[in-house]
Amino acid sequence: MSTTAALTARALKVSLGGHLIVDVPALDLPAGRWTAVVGPNGAGKTTLLKALAHLLPVHGRVQLLGRDVGDWPGKARARALAWLGQTEPGADDLLAHDVAMLGRLPHQPWLGAPSAADHAAVERAMRQTQCWEWRARPLGQLSGGERQRVLLARALAVEAQVLLMDEPLANLDAPHQADWLLSVRALVAAGRTVVSVLHELGMALQADELLVLQGGRIAHQGPSADPASHAALRAVFDQRIELHHVAGQWVVLPH
Amino acid sequence: MSKSGLALAIVAISAVLGLLGVSIGSTGFESVLNAASDVTALQIVRDIRLPRTLGAWLAGTLLGLGGALAQGLFRNPLADPYLLGSASGANLGVALLLVALGVSPAAGGWAARIGMTGAAFIGAVLAVLITLSLARGVQQTLRLLLAGVVVGMVLGAASALVVLWVPDIMRAMQAFMLGTTGFLGWPSVTLLAGALLLCLLPSIGFARALDALTLGEASAVSLGIALPWVRVALVAALALATGTAVAQVGLVAFVGLVAPHLVRAVVKPTHGWLVLLASLMGGALLLAADVLARWLMAPQELPVGVVTALLGGGYLLWLMHRRAL
Repeated sequence: MSTTAALTARALKVSLGGHLIVDVPALDLPAGRWTAVVGPNGAGKTTLLKALAHLLPVHGRVQLLGRDVGDWPGKARARALAWLGQTEPGADDLLAHDVAMLGRLPHQPWLGAPSAADHAAVERAMRQTQCWEWRARPLGQLSGGERQRVLLARALAVEAQVLLMDEPLANLDAPHQADWLLSVRALVAAGRTVVSVLHELGMALQADELLVLQGGRIAHQGPSADPASHAALRAVFDQRIELHHVAGQWVVLPH
Repeated sequence: MSKSGLALAIVAISAVLGLLGVSIGSTGFESVLNAASDVTALQIVRDIRLPRTLGAWLAGTLLGLGGALAQGLFRNPLADPYLLGSASGANLGVALLLVALGVSPAAGGWAARIGMTGAAFIGAVLAVLITLSLARGVQQTLRLLLAGVVVGMVLGAASALVVLWVPDIMRAMQAFMLGTTGFLGWPSVTLLAGALLLCLLPSIGFARALDALTLGEASAVSLGIALPWVRVALVAALALATGTAVAQVGLVAFVGLVAPHLVRAVVKPTHGWLVLLASLMGGALLLAADVLARWLMAPQELPVGVVTALLGGGYLLWLMHRRAL
């Protein structure tokens, strides 16, 4: 397997309820790059992401930073790989700051109080997602978008080498989507690896790499600017999308 | 109000209730006033009222703790130990032990107390395991609560059958099912305190895991939480807390459910604080209910479980109305 890949999978099969959801013979996700995972509903995007994060039982082999993902001690893996799930539930009674501080759990000893470094990381992450101001408010009192920014801060606070995000833009308004984009680019510029499932295809086309899924299989993987990637995208959506290059950005229109 | 401020307030209220608990009884305040000069009065206070008051507080803390654990572990604000069938399991365990040994709680020496706590504990653990197994884990909340209700009903019916089969234990069982602090002595206090200590250790130790679990199972695992071990430890603590409390004071309703809610109505704590504050709140609630049960119709006593059911049921209805559940 390639040493420049942050995550690799070989002969990966994931079944849920007796149905084969993901069937990926080989996958390399490059280190220090942003890969957007796209595809129609039911393509297996979330399942693949969970399998890569070691959150599901799988057949096959997954490696994180060159080591089998199952061989990592739990906390070390949590420090190396951060996960932001799709619409994380609950936590309504926890304060926003307490939620973001959960991202520092992998860095803290059992029963140990958060260190100054933990507090600094949480403040950095919350300022980055612009939710520091309401750090003392319970999550249950925040709007969907505000809540998502706190959860994003929780994932950023881990300060992991690899960040997996499942629909991180859910509930975010356009300006905050742009902020998220800046955050991701800053992470990648710092050498981190970002893998995100996105339904916002225009945003996905700004990623370095595009991983196109269909029916649980990889339909295409390549640079997002590559015409072949665009063709694959159109194909998995039954040619029912149009891609336009407007003012330096890709715009995707359904038809 | 700060979390430490709330803790101090509950402790202060509990201290006042404790003084009331030691002072109220069939002989009124006389025993307390004469305790220094009258040996009988001293005995009443030292051997009856004091352990009963302390025991009620400790049983309440266990139920409050159990409620906080159940709601955190099962990520459901309406979960309490009883909704998962553990109390019915504990009840059945006690009923079977009473049949097997022919002992009554009033006769309870150390061996009987430990035996009853053990039987209640085993019954509670088995009931929770059956519930978890029927619910196929803890992720499907509705299935979990449904399984808990079914297990509670079936085990409750089994207890009723045992009582019908061996009517001699009916009186002892009735006291358990209505909830009573009347049998609490110093051995009970020791057991309850020991159980509280044993339950608090994993509860505080895994409090951050409960915080992480509020974000969902996948997020908790991604943060390095060893969820299977956390579940084992906390379900054991939940079963021990419920089993011990039920074995000593019977089926005291609603304390476990309302204590965490009362805490959250004032502050928004992490689970590290919540398990402590809900324990203190549960202790204060059961102590208050015990004082009311002894005082409302003095010298007659109401079963303390009836008082908590009336007060707790009222609160639950209000909660449902307010949140449109």
